[in-house]
Amino acid sequence: MVDFNIFSVLMPEIIIAAMSMIVLAIGLLAPNGAGKGIMPITAFSLIGTLGYTLYDFFYGAKATFLDGMYMHDQFAVYFKILFLVAALLVVLSSGAYVQRFAEHRFKFYSLLLTATLGMMLMAGAGELMTMYVGLELMTISFYILVAYLANDGRSSEAGLKYLVLGGTSSAILLYGISLIYGLTGSTELGPIASALGANLTPASFLATVFILAGIGFKISLVPFHLWAPDIYEGAPTPVTAFLAVASKAAAFAVLIRVYLMTMNTQSFSVTGQSLLIVLACLTMILGNLIAIPQTNIKRLLAYSSIAQAGYLMVGIIAGSVAGIKGVLFYAMIYVFGNMGAFAVATHVSEQQGSDQIKDFAGLWRRSPLAAVVMTASLLSLAGIPPMAGFVGKFYLFSAVMDQGYTAIAFIGFVMSMASVYYYLSVVKVMFLNEGEGLPDVPVQGAMKFTLIFTMLITLAIGIYPTPLARMAFAAAQSLIQ
Amino acid sequence: MPVLPIVGSTSLILPFALLAPLVAMLLIVFLPKEESKAIKLVAAMGMFVSLALSIYACFAYDRVLGGMQFTLTIPWIPDLGVNLALGVDGISLPMLLLTNLIGFSSIYASWNMEKRVKEYFILLLILIAGVMGTFIARDLFIFFLFYEIVVIPIYIMVIIWGSTKRVTKEYAGMKLTIYLLIGSAFLLVGMIALYLAAAANGNPTFMFDELAARQELYSPAFQKVAFALMLFGFGSLISMVPFHSWSPDGYAGAPTAVSMIHAGVLKKIGGYGLIRLGVFVLPLGAQYWAPIIAVLAIGNVLYAGLIALAQKDLKYVVGYSSVSHMGYVLIAIAALNPTAMDGAIAMMFAHGVMAALFFAMIGFMYEKTHTRTITELGGLAHQMPRLAIGFMIAGLASLGLPGTVNFISEFTIFMGAINVFPILTILGIAGIIFTAVYILRMIANVLFGPRRPEWDHLTDIRGPELVPLVVLGFVIFLGGIFPNILLGMINSGVTSSGLAKVLEMVSQAKMGGLF
Repeated sequence: MVDFNIFSVLMPEIIIAAMSMIVLAIGLLAPNGAGKGIMPITAFSLIGTLGYTLYDFFYGAKATFLDGMYMHDQFAVYFKILFLVAALLVVLSSGAYVQRFAEHRFKFYSLLLTATLGMMLMAGAGELMTMYVGLELMTISFYILVAYLANDGRSSEAGLKYLVLGGTSSAILLYGISLIYGLTGSTELGPIASALGANLTPASFLATVFILAGIGFKISLVPFHLWAPDIYEGAPTPVTAFLAVASKAAAFAVLIRVYLMTMNTQSFSVTGQSLLIVLACLTMILGNLIAIPQTNIKRLLAYSSIAQAGYLMVGIIAGSVAGIKGVLFYAMIYVFGNMGAFAVATHVSEQQGSDQIKDFAGLWRRSPLAAVVMTASLLSLAGIPPMAGFVGKFYLFSAVMDQGYTAIAFIGFVMSMASVYYYLSVVKVMFLNEGEGLPDVPVQGAMKFTLIFTMLITLAIGIYPTPLARMAFAAAQSLIQ
Repeated sequence: MPVLPIVGSTSLILPFALLAPLVAMLLIVFLPKEESKAIKLVAAMGMFVSLALSIYACFAYDRVLGGMQFTLTIPWIPDLGVNLALGVDGISLPMLLLTNLIGFSSIYASWNMEKRVKEYFILLLILIAGVMGTFIARDLFIFFLFYEIVVIPIYIMVIIWGSTKRVTKEYAGMKLTIYLLIGSAFLLVGMIALYLAAAANGNPTFMFDELAARQELYSPAFQKVAFALMLFGFGSLISMVPFHSWSPDGYAGAPTAVSMIHAGVLKKIGGYGLIRLGVFVLPLGAQYWAPIIAVLAIGNVLYAGLIALAQKDLKYVVGYSSVSHMGYVLIAIAALNPTAMDGAIAMMFAHGVMAALFFAMIGFMYEKTHTRTITELGGLAHQMPRLAIGFMIAGLASLGLPGTVNFISEFTIFMGAINVFPILTILGIAGIIFTAVYILRMIANVLFGPRRPEWDHLTDIRGPELVPLVVLGFVIFLGGIFPNILLGMINSGVTSSGLAKVLEMVSQAKMGGLF
């Protein structure tokens, strides 16, 4: 039965873990100021791992091992690709920004890698404790990353807030896990599913709700979203990007595997379904409406990412293979759309020292590429063709309508059209006037590559989504078997 | 019924026509922004290729055979059943021709543009390609994709190159965008519902003809709801009362070329969609809502006509007049018979050419005199006779003077609709009086009267500026004097595409509808 080499299967995790230590060691050993090579080293190790993971997705052996503790199916590998892409784009777009922390540069990349490792563990976890360890590895790395600008009051405040709120949410999640263990005597997903069966007891109801709340915090589902804007605003911009994109996707991976595949066997599903529908609608509506008056680009993107979590929840509500496929597809294009927007925000904030939307004025003249990429990314988030977001929303909403929930799809479409209003208000600032008095901010090097790459991918998937759709479908299928 | 019979070299006409503006756009991206002359020439050449190809398509279209021709089908998103399917029939061919006529003229109407020329023509070409794509798509998904592509370039063009008069250009642009997008949200829900209903027995598809062929899968109740959703979406696009208020503000705020394309072809997507998707695919829904559409249509004709009487700004007059004229298209669609349907399509074509010419002339007038207020203008025919001729052709076409293509189409509409909605149609005919009043008054006040010395320094339109006048004016008279060129093609589209059969089925079904 064991006809695979455990190292070939765990290779990406091992490389990322080793690299995070190596980067740390190089940083400690190399003299100050010689740390410029850290970014390329991290980037190349991520590219290498990504290449291997892509190969693994199509041709690698699939297995569940360590007594079901860790799963290596296409679903997990798909998410690993997603995390690696996100980490890579963050690393590439953060070069100039991280230059500022001359002495702590290497720790930044090391922590980025440990957070990525945590996410990869979450995607592969076949057991609740493994999942929790991965989650904490990710979250603790983020606590430090969010507070990375230690001299900046807002960043420290954000770090502290995230620590307190994140700790609370972890406690709730753990309480849910302990209830599950008490009820079923197992922490493995398979036995839990069969032990829970169709019975809904008050205890199992409580456990389910607690686990949903714990994960809901990570995906900033209303009403657990209140942390997001403050922390997104305070954190260093590349960290915000990673937080908004990858940690959310990791939580969705857990949500699908733990909630949808395991706990949804209970008769809870009817009550739970109505609960989730209400929460998803609230998330879409609040996220989009509160985004409208924002004047800070990071806060705007924070609320927009809350709204995006609502769209993704729609696929969870559908609960079908098509719905999961929609979530997977959308999560991937969300990486590119959001990373494009955040990369431009990083660039502007690094060059002009400001996150205010009004300081994007005249960006079309000062840096045409950045303005075009920002527009394309925002349109993708809004779901306007030919950008990828449109196809993604189509998959999500057609899946949920197929299950008979027309109203939620309707709300989703109307809200995503309403979201065009605030996305366009950023576009308006960038294109309307000349931006007198603001400096020229041409993009160069790795940042330029990141911008062009994200835009091309967003456009390419929007025009010809079939390859990614096939991958997402294969990943969703692997979950059912 | 001939389904996709022809494959061959002719099937590449449509992709090339669609790609020509995009290729021109890419060339412009790599031109330096100081080379404004070269940019304009490249744009004009791109549009010329499209125009030439669509004229060729009109001649090469086999009317005896009918049906979809020049077809090209490539499976695109297999898991959703989306095909990149292009093709034209007698209904979409006039629309394709209209798009390219107006697109080509709009490049020349923008010939004097000097502000951020490069971005302007890039966006304009994307816009034209998007509109063209909607009319040649045979697949609902692709149709919708192209439709949404046009929304954003329009917004950016309005806020940058627009003009602030009664409302600011930012307001006008946002209002237009939000109206169209909210409309399209309804449309999307209707579209997915239709798609899921059609895929009830497997084989998901978005092809218009396949969707129409699966009639038995749509229950009457479903048809009513789905048609209502689409009516909302397409109705706000064709500026059906009460979803029309974006239209005059939007046109007044937009730069000339955008007004031309928007009033000329873009809002016709609403009418085209109602026919292609509403009547074809959901005939029972169409029948149910037809009386409502007819009443709202007369609302368009009379209400917008009355408001147009009170306008002082040239663009608002034409803007409300175009809302008013869309009422004729809507009542013709609501009449649900082949004659009226011929008229509806002919009217969309005729109004498109006329409105584009009107906006082009107003654009030139504004460029030279820097005002659009009727009371401030006067006697312009003395200084600018050629501009005056263009203005008059557009005006007279607008009020449906015999000899112009507009007369033919209005007449056909009234012939088709009078049996179905006698009272409403007579009210609609009365609307022509409003049109005559506001158009003639506008022409009199702007063009005629004593010579005014303050306009003596103005030069008449000349050179490239004459292109819109010559091209569009020629089409107005050609269609008016030889109506068979246009109506023959449309009629072959209506009869051969199965639309006539659908309409016959509807008329035999129990009459009643909502009332």
